[in-house]
Amino acid sequence: MIPLTYMMSLSAIIFAIGVAGVIIRRNVLVMFMSIELMLNAVNLAFIALGSRLGSMDGQVIVFFVMTVAAAESAVGLGIIISVFRNRETVHADELNLMRW
Amino acid sequence: MPPFLYLFLGALAIVSALGVVVQRNPIHCLLSLISTLMVIAILFIGEDAVVVGFLQIIVYAGAIMVLFLFVIWLLNLQTESGPTGHIVLKTLGSLAAAALAAELSLFLAAPHLQVKMIQEPAGYGSLESLAGKLFTDYLVAFEVTSVLLLAAVVGAVALARRMPNAAGEGASDPRAAGAIRAAQASSRVQG
Repeated sequence: MIPLTYMMSLSAIIFAIGVAGVIIRRNVLVMFMSIELMLNAVNLAFIALGSRLGSMDGQVIVFFVMTVAAAESAVGLGIIISVFRNRETVHADELNLMRW
Repeated sequence: MPPFLYLFLGALAIVSALGVVVQRNPIHCLLSLISTLMVIAILFIGEDAVVVGFLQIIVYAGAIMVLFLFVIWLLNLQTESGPTGHIVLKTLGSLAAAALAAELSLFLAAPHLQVKMIQEPAGYGSLESLAGKLFTDYLVAFEVTSVLLLAAVVGAVALARRMPNAAGEGASDPRAAGAIRAAQASSRVQG
């Protein structure tokens, strides 16, 4: 089996790419996709550790993370549609109503 | 899986994850994300998490990503033209993300964190073992998940539907609703 270091580094890199996406991109949908990327990086770490510990708990938690991701994307996309209907934009910098 | 396959899949995952961040057309971002999810699903299967790997393909790459696709089509998002964001933000964001990647890699790959390899029990990663764990140790969490999904469904419908106004014509613009109300009031005065 491939060493744990490799899987953990891969997970860390994908997570950091997700963080970069949230910071750099201003399109709300792409920021949302980057959040999904981060969730998947964490899932990868769970699976890699679980299989090395011989424990099923990691897989069960990944199952729950997927469920939460589904709920989160349904509500988040509903919010995006609702905002687009009122403001005609998905650009994060133009949504500055509550900004100081 | 042989080690070179892991290296290949890892490189593929990183390249397609970068594609999510750097591409300008949201559809291309989404396709990159789907390919990342597929590669991660293959890695899951390689790590003996067969059921979760297939769930990842069916639920994540199938259902959730189609939801994203529908929203992109519904909002008719085009390729972003012109400069996308501030250059300072981009530079600082990239540097911060690179620092985060280095820090996480150092921390997570530290030698003292290496776990003792334990021989996987027979049937590890099978549907039976997953379901056994899910319906015994995690039963409460599993049941609470159903409430979460119900709340998400109700919330999504409530957010996405148009608020009906007094005229009954689903105008979401408050000014339009106000104009209709004013017109009704004036017609009542005239009548």
